[in-house]
Amino acid sequence: MEKRVVFSKLGLPILLVAPQIVITLVFFIWPASQALYQSLLLEDAFGLRSQFVWLDNFIALFSDPHYLDSFARTVVFSAATAGLSLGVALFLAAMADRVLKGATAYRTLIVWPYAVAPAVAGVLWFFMFNPSIGVLAYLLKWLGYDWNHYLDGTDAMMLVILAASWKQVSYNFLFFLAGLQAIPRSLVEAAAIDGARPFKRFWTIIFPLLSPTAFFLLVVNIVYAFFDTFGIVHATTSGGPAQSTTILVYKVFSDGFIGLDLGGSAAQSVVLMAVVITLTVFQFRYIERKVAY
Amino acid sequence: MAGLEFIGVRKTYPNGVQAIHGIDMAVADGEFVVIVGPSGCGKSTLLRMVAGLETVTEGEIRIGENRVNELEPADRNIAMVFQNYALYPHMSVFDNMAYGLRNRRTPRDEIARRVAEAAGTLQLEGLLDRRPGQLSGGQRQRVAMGRAIVREPEAFLFDEPLSNLDAKLRVQMRLEIKRLQRALGTTSLYVTHDQVEAMTLADRLIVMNAGVAEQVGRPLEIYDAPATLFVAGFIGSPAMNFLPGTVADDGSGANLDGVDRTLLVAPPASAGRGRIMVGIRPEHLEPVSREEAAMEVVVELVEALGADSLVHGLLADGGEGAAVTVRLDGARRVAAGEVLSLAVAPNHVHFFDPDDGKRLA
Repeated sequence: MEKRVVFSKLGLPILLVAPQIVITLVFFIWPASQALYQSLLLEDAFGLRSQFVWLDNFIALFSDPHYLDSFARTVVFSAATAGLSLGVALFLAAMADRVLKGATAYRTLIVWPYAVAPAVAGVLWFFMFNPSIGVLAYLLKWLGYDWNHYLDGTDAMMLVILAASWKQVSYNFLFFLAGLQAIPRSLVEAAAIDGARPFKRFWTIIFPLLSPTAFFLLVVNIVYAFFDTFGIVHATTSGGPAQSTTILVYKVFSDGFIGLDLGGSAAQSVVLMAVVITLTVFQFRYIERKVAY
Repeated sequence: MAGLEFIGVRKTYPNGVQAIHGIDMAVADGEFVVIVGPSGCGKSTLLRMVAGLETVTEGEIRIGENRVNELEPADRNIAMVFQNYALYPHMSVFDNMAYGLRNRRTPRDEIARRVAEAAGTLQLEGLLDRRPGQLSGGQRQRVAMGRAIVREPEAFLFDEPLSNLDAKLRVQMRLEIKRLQRALGTTSLYVTHDQVEAMTLADRLIVMNAGVAEQVGRPLEIYDAPATLFVAGFIGSPAMNFLPGTVADDGSGANLDGVDRTLLVAPPASAGRGRIMVGIRPEHLEPVSREEAAMEVVVELVEALGADSLVHGLLADGGEGAAVTVRLDGARRVAAGEVLSLAVAPNHVHFFDPDDGKRLA
């Protein structure tokens, strides 16, 4: 039975939720509604007058091949980032779950990258892959690959994917490790007696039991790749070369603040907002139903 | 099917704790052997070593003719029933039972046949599509049993399988396990801390204490002639009364501390003339007239169970007030403060060496 506390007067409960409501109002509802309103306006080049144009900005957006390109690029970037960071984190967590000696030190070290600011993470990878002074670029050259993310769009994309995934591995690792440790040891032992080898045990017992965690992380990672990677892109490639790493969230910035197309940029952020709302709703509904035991 | 053999088996954990101090015994093909002991005595460790979930530090475990020390659990052809059942929560009852067979690449129709058969035996027919989460405790227990029997293994290992069930279900499942094991004739090793389970299920019993097998034998042999003080106190409920005393000068009896008459049951000659520990089970004390009594007890507390009553009291003239428990017929009414005069069944007095705890014979 759920226990519900009933307040006798209205004053106290309002006071208790007020801080959260104020924060949501000031930092989300107000800017979001501003963006919504702005997305329906067309502003002149000098920012002196604006005109109400209904959905013209959205129509222009979806008929713009650059925008659609950026959308496709974002899908690739998100899928790769989520896939890479989830895969690496799952592997590390599965290994960490078996470590007995120095387990705490090992875990602490893996968690560290999460504390690094996105821009710093970007710069870190930027230096390591720098074609003239980077360690990894040097190594790749030695292996016969001429790395240059200044000129090659694919290299640039790989660089941002790497930097973005690296930062997210820690977060995923923590959740996977907690998930793994919540699986009763006797289940794995029972599977071992039932004749399943370690690899098979992982795929038939451990992974299915971890799937609620994995699904939650998948959504969180996609949201991360869509929205929180601005700093990384900005610090490494600034969306280039030739817009090859201009993902949606970066395009909002470059069109709005550099291109000064405020209405179009606002329309883009409204689209992004719709995406994140859809993902969140999807996650809640799905998690409540299917993937729970 | 096959027997099991322990040859000088020892277990030392990496942190230096020694859990098993050398076990030697053989389990015959088809025998039901129960390992019983208090928690932490190493009984589960021993079972897990047979299963291959713990390494053997020293000695050898054999299943049939084969040394299995180095084999993976999967290659030992044993099945285990866990205390928490360890059912796979994301699989149906059918899949839970079929998992082990699938891993061994059993043909599909063979799997279906064996699972259906086991489900029939265990009354699980209607539940094959359910998930473990949708089952009651007793049903889960049955699925865990089913998962073990479909494999048709060399041996069953049970790790306190009944301890998560309520009292009534436990008695019922106990009978079912016994019946099933008789019918299948599979060698079984069963770990429990419950001495009633141990006594009722076992063909043979291993009483363990602190990593040592204190006694191995048939349940009633152990009850009638416990080899050590520990076994005497552990097997039998309520526990045996232990009364320290001295052997009478002519060796014809024992003077119990706090009792001013001699207990006229002769200790074995090996007892010598010194201190001795006398053990008498509560059910072997009988109320008699004052003149015939071997001791007198002041009643402190009465637990009336219906069929019989457990009377807890103190020796009437005992300086130290040694505690004595008596099992009386339930029809007899006893009140606290009353003095009971008790006689001892002479064939049921046990003598132990108070120094090393060994039975004197």
